[in-house]
Amino acid sequence: MTDTPNCFHCGTAIRGPATHQLQIDGATVTLCSDACQEIAARIRDKGLTEFYRFRTAANAPAGAATGPERWASYDREALQREFVSSRSDGSREAQLLLQGVRCAACSWLIERAMAAVPGVYEIAVDPLTTRTRLRWDPQLTRLGELLACIAVLGYDPYPYTEDEAGRAAILERRAALPRLIVAGLGMSEVMGFAVALYAGALHDADPAIHEFLRLISLLVATPVVFYAGAPFFRGAVRGLRRGRPGMDVPVGLAIAAAYIASAWNTFKGSGPIYFDSAVMFVFFLSCARFLEMAGRHRALSLTGALARHLPRVATRLRDGRPEIVGIVELEPGDLVLVAPGQAVPVDGRLECGSARVDESLLTGESRPVRKTAGDPVIAGSINLFGAATICVERVGTSTVLAQIGRLIAVAREERPRLVELTDRVAVWFVTGVLVLAVASGAAWWWIDASRAFEVVLAVLVVTCPCALALATPAAFTVGMSALARQGVLLRRAGALETLSRVTDLVFDKTGTLTEHSAGIQHIETFAGHDPERMLELAALLESRSEHPLARAFPPPGTTLAVTEVAAIAGQGLEGCVSGERLRIGTRAFVLGLADINASDDSPESAAQSVYLGNGSQLMARFEITERVRVEAPAALAALRSAGIAVAIASGDQPGPVRAAAQCLGVEAWHARLAPAGKLEFVRRMQRGGHIVGMVGDGINDSPVLAGADVSVAVGTGTSLAQHAADCILMGPGLGALPTAVAHARRTMRIVRQNLWWAVAYNVIAVPLAISGLLAPWLAALGMSASSLLVTFNALRLGRAPQPVQATAPEHALSEARL
Amino acid sequence: MSIIFILIPLGLVLLLAAVAAFFWAVRSGQFDDLETPAWRILLDDDRKPPP
Repeated sequence: MTDTPNCFHCGTAIRGPATHQLQIDGATVTLCSDACQEIAARIRDKGLTEFYRFRTAANAPAGAATGPERWASYDREALQREFVSSRSDGSREAQLLLQGVRCAACSWLIERAMAAVPGVYEIAVDPLTTRTRLRWDPQLTRLGELLACIAVLGYDPYPYTEDEAGRAAILERRAALPRLIVAGLGMSEVMGFAVALYAGALHDADPAIHEFLRLISLLVATPVVFYAGAPFFRGAVRGLRRGRPGMDVPVGLAIAAAYIASAWNTFKGSGPIYFDSAVMFVFFLSCARFLEMAGRHRALSLTGALARHLPRVATRLRDGRPEIVGIVELEPGDLVLVAPGQAVPVDGRLECGSARVDESLLTGESRPVRKTAGDPVIAGSINLFGAATICVERVGTSTVLAQIGRLIAVAREERPRLVELTDRVAVWFVTGVLVLAVASGAAWWWIDASRAFEVVLAVLVVTCPCALALATPAAFTVGMSALARQGVLLRRAGALETLSRVTDLVFDKTGTLTEHSAGIQHIETFAGHDPERMLELAALLESRSEHPLARAFPPPGTTLAVTEVAAIAGQGLEGCVSGERLRIGTRAFVLGLADINASDDSPESAAQSVYLGNGSQLMARFEITERVRVEAPAALAALRSAGIAVAIASGDQPGPVRAAAQCLGVEAWHARLAPAGKLEFVRRMQRGGHIVGMVGDGINDSPVLAGADVSVAVGTGTSLAQHAADCILMGPGLGALPTAVAHARRTMRIVRQNLWWAVAYNVIAVPLAISGLLAPWLAALGMSASSLLVTFNALRLGRAPQPVQATAPEHALSEARL
Repeated sequence: MSIIFILIPLGLVLLLAAVAAFFWAVRSGQFDDLETPAWRILLDDDRKPPP
């Protein structure tokens, strides 16, 4: 052993004398704590020390031993309903997530150890997702006991409940896969017979064999058309019934016509058959549909993943004693204990001490975030170090996580203008194709009646509305979810389109470009007021404010109630503390309470001033130091190099605004703008033909956010529901904004590529089909290839957008080339 | 060439068997998760605990 030995079980460095030792495989090993020693001893006693040889990562440090009573609560039927199912053979099956599984050896250890427990039929641990299926005999043992058995190995089990969307996705996949395989296998057979028939026709084969092969082709093509092709027929009927014929109408018509004509000719014993074209068409189109479905499911799985990470139970502290309760039983005001490595189950505030949490699920930012007492903590973030006590504020469907899920769902429901447009175009397109097919059929009836059917079939098959009907919505869905993974949330899918065309971005300053973590620099009191008391009053008032400046004030030391709170956007906040009416905010606003008309003629310093006053006079002035956000210069530079003009519109005094503008290299800045003034500023730019995006904190700028073409809210993890913004950056700061713009442009570029491809392809292919130069099988091949091409192109958006850096212009170039 | 009248139906029977096997596999959930089974092969589960 070296001079700083590490714990044999969890790898933590051991300080002080080695007090915990154990004999394992003939060697003496040192451990860091009672808990680790206990787990290692248990693993040794079960004869599973192999585990230590094969694991690739050290275990999680063992927490305080949890007694069986913690797990006994899972024996309650009400708690089990969500994740346990009964099987027909009398056994029960639970879906679990295990905390602490880090490598394949962990799952080996758990599976081995649990297989030896009486009553366990089967346990399967997936080391990647830590999803676990546990099947047991309820006659022999109870779930609580089994969970305790897993827990003593150092892995905490949690119930796993599948979300509705995930279940629906699996069902859809299970329905689509057999169709695909029937179409694929059927196609390979029918194509083989077709080759034999063509070759036989050349070599004068036995007419009996000829007839036999045609009959067999009919036999194989029937399930392909009626089973694998059923979704096309259903879609066509649905489209016609709604009076909006989609791409399924010509497709379904072509398949049905080819099949019926071929079947007729087969029974008649003469005439051409098109079974090969029909099955090929069904197979390739099913492929395109399947790919589109897979892309959609990947997009969906994001919200699913969010919801899955939430534990279903929490440790509630009641009178200082921990007890395990279901999440549903928690109420606002309860205290919950979150052990290190666990996910926070609720939205709340950190009760005491400090903690570091990983909010990457919500923000895409994987660096741990430091939280101190009173800071908001969001459900779904992972507590990294030390046990955290959290005061519950929101549970279940009102958590930010649930709100995000709903927002994504709503945005997905909404059809962007472009999709709406392509939908309408598709209707005309399809109607046009049908008319064209009939017209060219009639024309060929005069020219050469024997080829008329073939030409109609080719026209129906060859036209490809896929780029309109399939690829454009897919591009939007996939593009939005790729952005969401980066912590950029779109409230409407249409925002992607506007964001890609933005020419000007107007930034609010406070809280958007700057932050106030430095706190209060200077307190100036008037009329002999006590600075301590003034700060306390200000802190009390600001504790009720959502304004970013409020964060500069320390949490109030007393618990005096603030009543009759009214916030006036862009000006300040009014409230009553122990019967005294107070205002905090701009000078003019505060003096307004004392009926003194004043302009904001504060000194032109770079620091920002907040005033406090009562009904008769000004009481204090707080000078708040302001710092430009670390990532703001790079983000603005990246936006500028993307060709977007940047401006600042702030309600602040000219001094601080100028300082920030100079620091960021922004020439167009406007200070002392009321919300209405900001709106007028944006309107003026819009009248000049600019497409203006407004970036603000989302709460204090609602009117101007609503007035801009597209609005972006920044750094507001907790109060999503109040936002009017189209686009919300979940992470702190502006870092994701250039990425969002670049990704929006990429999405629109791919949509345009697809549409141009569709136009070019149809312009070339349709005349060929009308003139009779295209055999139906060639038409089917061309159309299928075109559909697959546009679908693949749209799915490219699923790859995570590259973060854009201002310092890498060659990167911007490669983005542009995509 | 008349052997073809037997061979092709025989081929179709095999095809039917393949489709049936695939249907069973999909129904029993074997295609629900295509990622984790690839990892399972890396695990040894045939080692006996020492006596």
